[in-house]
Amino acid sequence: MPNARTSIWTWAFGLALLAGLLVLPQVLSFSQREIAVLLVINVLLVVSYRLMTLTGEWSLGHVVLMGVGAYASALFSKRLGVPVPVSMLLGAVTAGVAAAALSFPLFRMKGFYFLIGSFAAGEVIRLIWKYFTFPFGGPKGLKLIPGFPDIGPISFFEPEIYYYLCLVVVAISVFILYRIERSRIGLTFHAIHWQDKLAESVGVDTFRYRMLAFVLASFFAGLAGSLYAHYIGTVNPTRFDVEEMVYVLIWAIVGGTATFYGPIVGVVVLTIINDVILRSLGLDEARPMFYGAILIASVLFLPDGLESLVPKFKRMFGSAKSTPDREVAEAREAS
Amino acid sequence: MTELILQTIVNAVYAASYMSLIAVGLVLIFGVMGVINFAHGELYMAGAYTVVALYSLFDWPFFVSVAAGLVFVGVLGLVMEYALFRPLRDNPLGGLIASIGFLLILQTTAVLGFGVRMAFIKPPTQAKIEMFDGVVLTHQRLFVIVAAVVLLTVLYFFLRKTRFGWAMRACAQDKEAAALQGISLNQVSRIAMFIGAALAGVAGALTAPLVSPTPYMGHSVIVTAFIIIIVGGIGQLEGAVAAAILYAFVHTFVTTFYDGVVADIVGLVLMLLVLVIKPTGLFGAKDRA
Repeated sequence: MPNARTSIWTWAFGLALLAGLLVLPQVLSFSQREIAVLLVINVLLVVSYRLMTLTGEWSLGHVVLMGVGAYASALFSKRLGVPVPVSMLLGAVTAGVAAAALSFPLFRMKGFYFLIGSFAAGEVIRLIWKYFTFPFGGPKGLKLIPGFPDIGPISFFEPEIYYYLCLVVVAISVFILYRIERSRIGLTFHAIHWQDKLAESVGVDTFRYRMLAFVLASFFAGLAGSLYAHYIGTVNPTRFDVEEMVYVLIWAIVGGTATFYGPIVGVVVLTIINDVILRSLGLDEARPMFYGAILIASVLFLPDGLESLVPKFKRMFGSAKSTPDREVAEAREAS
Repeated sequence: MTELILQTIVNAVYAASYMSLIAVGLVLIFGVMGVINFAHGELYMAGAYTVVALYSLFDWPFFVSVAAGLVFVGVLGLVMEYALFRPLRDNPLGGLIASIGFLLILQTTAVLGFGVRMAFIKPPTQAKIEMFDGVVLTHQRLFVIVAAVVLLTVLYFFLRKTRFGWAMRACAQDKEAAALQGISLNQVSRIAMFIGAALAGVAGALTAPLVSPTPYMGHSVIVTAFIIIIVGGIGQLEGAVAAAILYAFVHTFVTTFYDGVVADIVGLVLMLLVLVIKPTGLFGAKDRA
């Protein structure tokens, strides 16, 4: 539950981070600036993912919805000639609309079934990109996506400048997400997570709120996707596969999802370790192994972010009719 | 046309065989330990690479390599049980995450040891059975079918007729009650994990000459396995076999007559429909005691 103290700490943390981020490109090498751009985009991705998890549902389709934003924005600007800033917003809206449509089948499920269902839905979308060469470009994806237009002498082709653009967009988005979490809506998400029956009994339409969380999270994931598409200039189905989703999951869980800043800490720390330290050590091929070890170690020894999940996951299994854990979970709850 | 259909049926039977080996292992692990083993596809991959290493590089006899693959992957399963799933027993999401970590480690090990490119293995035998109308079943595929039938039959009788099997099913139904009856959860988990992993290992080892292993082959396998266990009903061994057969036939026929990607889409949509309409699975019991 939010309280004044965590609020102050979160603000202090956010401001310090922002100040550091503003001077960052000046001290980085060219390739590190590229990493910094992607890192800022990933921050938005993981923070929007956290909004989704507030309602207690863990989606495996978040990266695919980022891809929906990326594909939509790329198609709007490339095929229809929509100006890039507008198409970015349209991309985000498309991701939100896609999430709204998906919530009708998906929110008939809960817990573990939702996890698998969101994964299946995401894979279907990804395979559709792969199958239809028009308009999605098939397995090779879309190339030559127009970049962000120059404003006077400022060229967004430079990673340094694009970094500031991303920073502004992401900072505003993260602020909005933060306000949403602290608003009445965010509290309702918490209520649905911890006491969905009780929330329902006092008149909360849990389906509506789950859908709202999903749509909002997907909107911002789509925005992250469009920032990505117009920076890299190419998108393909493989970029948004379940492996990328696993990385988002790792960032969120290693960072801890009990707090707003947890996932941000996770993505920043892991990206620095992975892309700066390990890369400078020359351990390129072994990097996933390092990730795996970090993941196992954090689950085994650092259950801080995870401890809140245990009762939730128990309830997930409680809601599933055919699972053997049900009686055990119920017995524990009763005792 | 008839021969194409007959050939496709033969291919589907082969696909059903190795898919049910993998899915039954996954279901067994889930049923007894309550965790979804995301690394199951990589256990399959580890089985395939055992054959690459022993048979292709060290010239061991093929079936000795397969047996070694069975034991090796089974031991990997024991390691997972001891190091990951036992400490995380009361934390199913933790087990899932830890298995993703293990997946990355196995994958990277394969990349570092064998490179990212496909490993080509000369099949131990080129012999094949010519059935009527030129329908062909290679011996290599026959091995997989025979292995699946034999192993799954043995597993069935093991679970139904032996004390270990009863203990395992008791754990799957109610862990606490089973523990109160003096059944060792650790022991049962160990056995389930060994069998589940070994089945995936055998599937990988036997299909290695047919599929050209890559370190990333586990990905499509785990997706298929998920579809099968959802369609069959989570925790249902017989359901998993039935769903594997159903899925293999649908997938093989759509692949042959339309397109591989369409077949994948059909499979996923099938799973989504089952999730929406009957989440306990097509073959799932209405209520488990």
